[in-house]
Amino acid sequence: MFEIFASLGEALALIGGADPALAGIVVLSLELSLAAAVAGAAIGLPLGALIAVGRFPGRRTLIVTLNALLGLPSVVVGLVVYLLLSRAGPLGSLGILFTPAAIVVAQTLLVAPIVAALARQVAEDAWREYEEQLTSLGVSRLRAVPTILWDARFSLLTVVLAGFGRAASEVGAVMIVGGNIDGVTRVMTTAIALETSKGDLPLALALGAILILVVLAVNAGVFAIREWSARRHG
Amino acid sequence: MAERASFLVEARGVSVALGGTLALDRASLRLEPGPRTVVLGANGAGKSVLLRTLHGLIAPTAGVVAWGDVDGRPARQAMVFQRPVMLRRSALANIGYALAVNGVAEPQRSRRAAAALARVGLTALAGRPARVLSGGEQQRLALARAWSLEPEVLFLDEPTASLDPGATAEVERVIASFAAEGTRIVMTTHNLGQARRLADEIVFIHAGRVTERTAADRFFVQPGSTEASLFLQGEIPW
Repeated sequence: MFEIFASLGEALALIGGADPALAGIVVLSLELSLAAAVAGAAIGLPLGALIAVGRFPGRRTLIVTLNALLGLPSVVVGLVVYLLLSRAGPLGSLGILFTPAAIVVAQTLLVAPIVAALARQVAEDAWREYEEQLTSLGVSRLRAVPTILWDARFSLLTVVLAGFGRAASEVGAVMIVGGNIDGVTRVMTTAIALETSKGDLPLALALGAILILVVLAVNAGVFAIREWSARRHG
Repeated sequence: MAERASFLVEARGVSVALGGTLALDRASLRLEPGPRTVVLGANGAGKSVLLRTLHGLIAPTAGVVAWGDVDGRPARQAMVFQRPVMLRRSALANIGYALAVNGVAEPQRSRRAAAALARVGLTALAGRPARVLSGGEQQRLALARAWSLEPEVLFLDEPTASLDPGATAEVERVIASFAAEGTRIVMTTHNLGQARRLADEIVFIHAGRVTERTAADRFFVQPGSTEASLFLQGEIPW
């Protein structure tokens, strides 16, 4: 018990002192997770809305597949990306294994299905409200996709946030494709895992505290945006 | 004056099955240019389904909806619903969107959108987010949006059913002025006073069939079918 408090004290000192190594890890984590959230949203939002609004053969299969992908074991994603990017793999010539880019690729693969599945739900609700009116105005289903995405933008912000959270909290896949190389691909989650196993609890705790704070701050920001938009746009 | 087709739109023996019941049962109606038509009938008689089928939102199970041509193209049409659905953008942008979807490029788009807003007296609210406007303002915006598409035929499905008397009067004024400019008005209502004020002719629907089509001034005095006279007796003391 005492050890936890002692570690906590040291952790606060690390945060308060803006330890450069710590700061580097935090910044890298945020950059990569943000990139993955943006890439995942770029894939997942249109895909989700297209499935919600569109009527095409194989739609049901796609929905089931997408929902199944929500439970995608991240270690398997890590393994597959590793195989693809490894020197002998089909994308080995890119030479990005054990670089931050590889981490973003793995995270994006984890984020995109989540964003797509949640966006489909949001878009379907919006489409139920809009379908008759938009059809009456002469809007095709394909043309309705960007309209729905823009009109549900504030709800979809929460969806993208869920994707960001998924990316930021990922350990397994990031460890496999990034390699947890100090100063290059070491992010908050892999650092916590490593420092804990080494017994450096203050650093692990400090990172854990920052991770939680970041997630809280982002959530609060999105909540404020939604409140504001509800008042302004109805 | 351009040569016009003898009719704008026609339903020929149209049946629509919805959820196992026949919402329209071999309904026929030919709409020529000219008078303002109000479709009356009890709840569930098929008024809204008839309008939606003519408009093209519902595909007939049997029969056809044919559009006459005006200057060699099908007549343009638009529809206003009981509850307008506005996009999360400004009042002006809502009209701009409808124009953009229908292929109207800038700078005409902005000009026509602004003109449409002015037409219904909403210029002052152009920049206001459409979804926070009052019910009456939203319905006038829906009328402006429909009008901006320059429809030859305008369908209105109980356009004032959710509005207070003041807003209803405003909306009626706008509808009457559209009609005066030559837009063919086809609307449903439950408000018989409104039907008297706006209708040139009444189309009466009973159990999915068009049972009567009579000039409005005659209809309210001497309806041509027993269903219609029962309907009027039941509906007048509202």
